[in-house]
Amino acid sequence: MIDTPSTPLTGPQGPKPRKSFSRRNIFLYGTLLTIALFYALPLYVMFVTSLKGMPEIRLGNVFSPPLEVTFEPWVKAWSEACTGLTCNGLSTGFWNSVQITIPSVILSIIIASVNGYALSNWKFKGADAFFTILIFGAFIPYQVMLYPIVIMLREIGLYGSLGGLVLVHTVFGMPILTLLFRNYFTSLPEELFKAARVDGAGFWRIYTQVMVPMSLPIFTVAVILQVTGIWNDFLFGVVYTSPDNYPMTVSLNNIVNSTQGVKEYNVNMAATILTGLVPLSIYFVSGRLFVRGIAAGAVKG
Amino acid sequence: MKNSVEIKNLDLQFGAVKVLQNLNLEIGKGEFLVLLGSSGCGKSTLLNCIAGLLDVSGGQIHINDRNVTWAEPSERGIGMVFQSYALYPQMTVEGNLSFGLKNAKLPKSEIETRIKHASEVLQIEPLLKRKPAALSGGQRQRVAIGRALVRDVDVFLFDEPLSNLDAKLRADLRVEIKRLHHKLQNTMIYVTHDQIEAMTLADRIAIMRGGQIMQLGSPDEIYGRPVNKYVADFIGSPSMNFLDGQVKNGAFQVGDLTIPLDGYDFADSSGSAEGPATIGIRPEHVVTGELVENTPFQIEVEINLIEPTGSDTLVDCEVAGHHFRVRMDGQSKVSVGEKLRLGLAPSKASLFDAKTELRL
Repeated sequence: MIDTPSTPLTGPQGPKPRKSFSRRNIFLYGTLLTIALFYALPLYVMFVTSLKGMPEIRLGNVFSPPLEVTFEPWVKAWSEACTGLTCNGLSTGFWNSVQITIPSVILSIIIASVNGYALSNWKFKGADAFFTILIFGAFIPYQVMLYPIVIMLREIGLYGSLGGLVLVHTVFGMPILTLLFRNYFTSLPEELFKAARVDGAGFWRIYTQVMVPMSLPIFTVAVILQVTGIWNDFLFGVVYTSPDNYPMTVSLNNIVNSTQGVKEYNVNMAATILTGLVPLSIYFVSGRLFVRGIAAGAVKG
Repeated sequence: MKNSVEIKNLDLQFGAVKVLQNLNLEIGKGEFLVLLGSSGCGKSTLLNCIAGLLDVSGGQIHINDRNVTWAEPSERGIGMVFQSYALYPQMTVEGNLSFGLKNAKLPKSEIETRIKHASEVLQIEPLLKRKPAALSGGQRQRVAIGRALVRDVDVFLFDEPLSNLDAKLRADLRVEIKRLHHKLQNTMIYVTHDQIEAMTLADRIAIMRGGQIMQLGSPDEIYGRPVNKYVADFIGSPSMNFLDGQVKNGAFQVGDLTIPLDGYDFADSSGSAEGPATIGIRPEHVVTGELVENTPFQIEVEINLIEPTGSDTLVDCEVAGHHFRVRMDGQSKVSVGEKLRLGLAPSKASLFDAKTELRL
């Protein structure tokens, strides 16, 4: 045994004391607080306004909390607000968006993950060229392709339908999702794949039993990216669907931009929040996984 | 002895880079062969070719007299153990062991018997319900070996299986692998860069360099009669001492020293050689103390540095202008600056041609 020193220690020892009100801390937290406020304030204003009646809004106190809380604007935004001739509120758009988003997300993620898996583990002839072309696709502006796709959809008879829009979203999600999955699968140890091959597992079995169970973080990232991307999409929604099938974003636009009558700010605010609620809640539910997945997928190129 | 694995004229290239060149290797049934070499020598690549995880560019691979050059890894009758264990993280130990068997569509009862047997042999029965994350490194590697074991194959491939373990565990598992080989008596091909592992485990060692086998032989042969300077330098720790000089009239001359070569076993049948050469002397073959009087060549040196390792003491000195190391008993009392008498026995030395670096 080594003897412990019997003389008490003098001079600095243990953790270094830190002042909580140092200049560094004030600067750091001050900046963070300002930025947080900057981003949170609009949301606050929207939320507060949506709970006010029109007379209260006309007073002009944008930041003050509602004197009289009313949920009428929310109800109206959801089921009564008028877009042109029909007055169904956002509800139709909401269900359209659900019908567009769910199949698009599932379809695009399934295809892209298999793409990424094949590109990273089953190097086939021309894999690199294929990948390069796919990534190049991510840099072509959407606007360039709008009209050609209209013709293509018309030719295959999907123009104006929800199915056509699902197809478009699936195709446009491919480059970025494939990149995401390829990078993630590349970062998984190669020996696992080899071990599975020695164990006699084929392409699909390795994918479903070995790769997918290990890939929850990246699937979460993909779901978030796709849900927010497709839910928030306006351009494709307005171009490729007919008014009956308009997604929620388009309905929102039509409500907010309708030129007839009084501008009902509270209804507009409520409608906007309602529309943003889906992506927002997805972030809240899976934010932690999202960060982990992004970090895991992004490191290796 | 029938051959278990035969490799014939194997070539492998990635683009313009030739990793393996015209490689031939025959491995007997039940043999423990170690592929040894520094990183990048192609030893793991060769193993991957045998496993079928890499497509070869030329040549053939036979396993159990069957040409498996184009066969899938699972059809070759091999089991493989990887350096990083490569256990499926989402499956339990049992799931890991049974995965390959389920893929082969074996009946449930058969799977159970095999898992039971393997887990008994490897003493992992209490771990069967756990996930790999809840296992220690040694346990994980045992499960990885079990995964090869349940496949009930004739050839085991090990790809540096112990490199990720700490020193003590490595020594333990090394013994265990040797015991397993005694018990199962199947062919094992083992890749490592650790010469201790190679020496202790192997029936035969293949030293690889630049995609070619430099020497293939028993550990004794490789240690005692290295075919060239590279092998001599690679095997042995601390490594061999080399002195550059001349062979003349049955003696080796370096600087003003003349080392007689009586008793040296020349590779050439004429029993002699002449010309510029390098003599290699292992630090442990240099004698000190009273034994020096019995050796044909003696020299006195000054000690420059001492490295005590407990069991041995390594002494650094200079012989004829060359750096020279001597291994002494750990109990020897020596200090820097002292004079030390050394004795050499030429029968244990190795001579290499200065140009070709081949054994003379």
